[in-house]
Amino acid sequence: MKCLMNVVLYVTDIAKGLWSLVVGLAITGRYALSRHKTVRYPFAVVAKENTETFRGPIELVGLPKDPSTPKCISCMLCVQACPSNCISVKKQAAPKMTPEQQKAFDEAVARGENPKKPAAPRNPAEYHYDFTYCSLCACCVEACPVNSIRFSHELYLAGTRREDFNMDLLARLKRTAAKDAQKAAKPAATDPATTTAAVGAGKATAEEATA
Amino acid sequence: MQEICTFFENIPPLALDVLWLVAVLILVIAYITVCALLLVYLERKVAGFVQRRPGPYEVGPYGILQSACDAVKLVVKQIIKPAHVDPGLYFLAPILSFFPVLLLFLPLPFSRLLTGMNVNLGILLVLAFSGINVIAVLLAGVSSNNKFGLLGAARGVSQSVAYEIPLLLSTLAIAMMTGSLSFTEIVEGQGGWPWQWNIILQPVAFVIFIFSMFGETNRLPFDLPEGESELTGGFHTEYSGMGFGLFFLAEYANMVVVCSIATALFLGGYKGPFLDGPWWFLAKSWTLLFFMLWVRFTYPRIRFDQMLNLNWKWLLPLGVLNLLATAFAMKFFPVVANFFGFGGAA
Repeated sequence: MKCLMNVVLYVTDIAKGLWSLVVGLAITGRYALSRHKTVRYPFAVVAKENTETFRGPIELVGLPKDPSTPKCISCMLCVQACPSNCISVKKQAAPKMTPEQQKAFDEAVARGENPKKPAAPRNPAEYHYDFTYCSLCACCVEACPVNSIRFSHELYLAGTRREDFNMDLLARLKRTAAKDAQKAAKPAATDPATTTAAVGAGKATAEEATA
Repeated sequence: MQEICTFFENIPPLALDVLWLVAVLILVIAYITVCALLLVYLERKVAGFVQRRPGPYEVGPYGILQSACDAVKLVVKQIIKPAHVDPGLYFLAPILSFFPVLLLFLPLPFSRLLTGMNVNLGILLVLAFSGINVIAVLLAGVSSNNKFGLLGAARGVSQSVAYEIPLLLSTLAIAMMTGSLSFTEIVEGQGGWPWQWNIILQPVAFVIFIFSMFGETNRLPFDLPEGESELTGGFHTEYSGMGFGLFFLAEYANMVVVCSIATALFLGGYKGPFLDGPWWFLAKSWTLLFFMLWVRFTYPRIRFDQMLNLNWKWLLPLGVLNLLATAFAMKFFPVVANFFGFGGAA
């Protein structure tokens, strides 16, 4: 009886194995007939919702009221946190006092008061970031006390020289802010380029993705 | 007109035969080239679609010129002879692998008239000359002074030799049924409709043939002599340019040959439900070729011992049993039929 059971098991095993071949063919056949998952890159890019989890080079976050100036307070914590020394920040110098201000200051000192020199603006004068050394470790993002650094979702980066990846993040922030402002000004405007590529549910073009 | 007729009448029959052979060979070479180009394109397209991507699409409309560009690249590429190879054998191997293939196309019955050479031992001819490919693989691997080549050659030989046996057994079952080794007669013995094909009477032989077809042509899931991931290309690791190109052509040509044989033996050849002709033959054989490509991108490569086990422990006994069953049926079915009075079959 046990012997018979074994024979039955053996035969069913073989039948299952053969059936699995058919199942495999059915799966690849179904995939072959289904929609492609890739996009023709230079002509179309993946939908924006798919790049949201992508860690691109870091970018600065603008102030809510003035998106072209960063939240950054030039505290240099990101510079120190970066393990590869990608980031270099230059603080802004205090503005030079005009002759009248200087005179008032000197007089106040002479009167024995403790006048305050005009303070330097908090946001940085220069913010350079060398993407060629960056390992996207997020140390700077975590170190930033004012949440002024975040990862961009720039998927389609290309350059012909390594200097192309030595980025000026302040200029970049100004660019994106200007673009956003433009977009907000005419929200219903449809760029002819944006209608050419419809990928999946979302629509996106190469231009939009690099913006 | 009169002059032309007398001109042809005056040609000695031997010269006519030679002329006919030359014409056939040119046609065969043209067909092989077209097949290879189409198959490369189809293969990449099937790979793409199965993996849910478009495959080649840049060169020409839908990328149809891609394989032509590949061919041009292969032809103009430099042939590099590595150090310490055996030059004679090294250059003989690709030639030896490709040229027998031309012969394999001769007895294939594309239609009643469109047969290169209507030999009455067609199956034997094809099976005998397809064995030369094994020698080519062996020579390529041994002469190229490369460990991967040697391993690939060893695998190729043991695989091809093993899979030739079930292939023979399954074709033998058909030959026994039809009583002939000629492709044309085997096709003539079948009808146009699918239920009149040999596959209905010999399903086991067909399955064995399909399995050993993949083993014979070194196609995935049995492409162990090449085994890109473990042998970097196996027996043709050291070949570049047209040296590799000839192996490549031979592989595709062999695929076309085995699919054509399967069509002729099991699927009714050039006979179809409506109008008999080469279009049925081409349609059936290309369906089988498409199936081969589909299989390639479905199953992973199996281990070598598993592959040989499948052959020696399964296909071979199954083939022998099938042959025995066929013999019994051939012998006893007429007797039983006569006994019950509905004779005439078989």
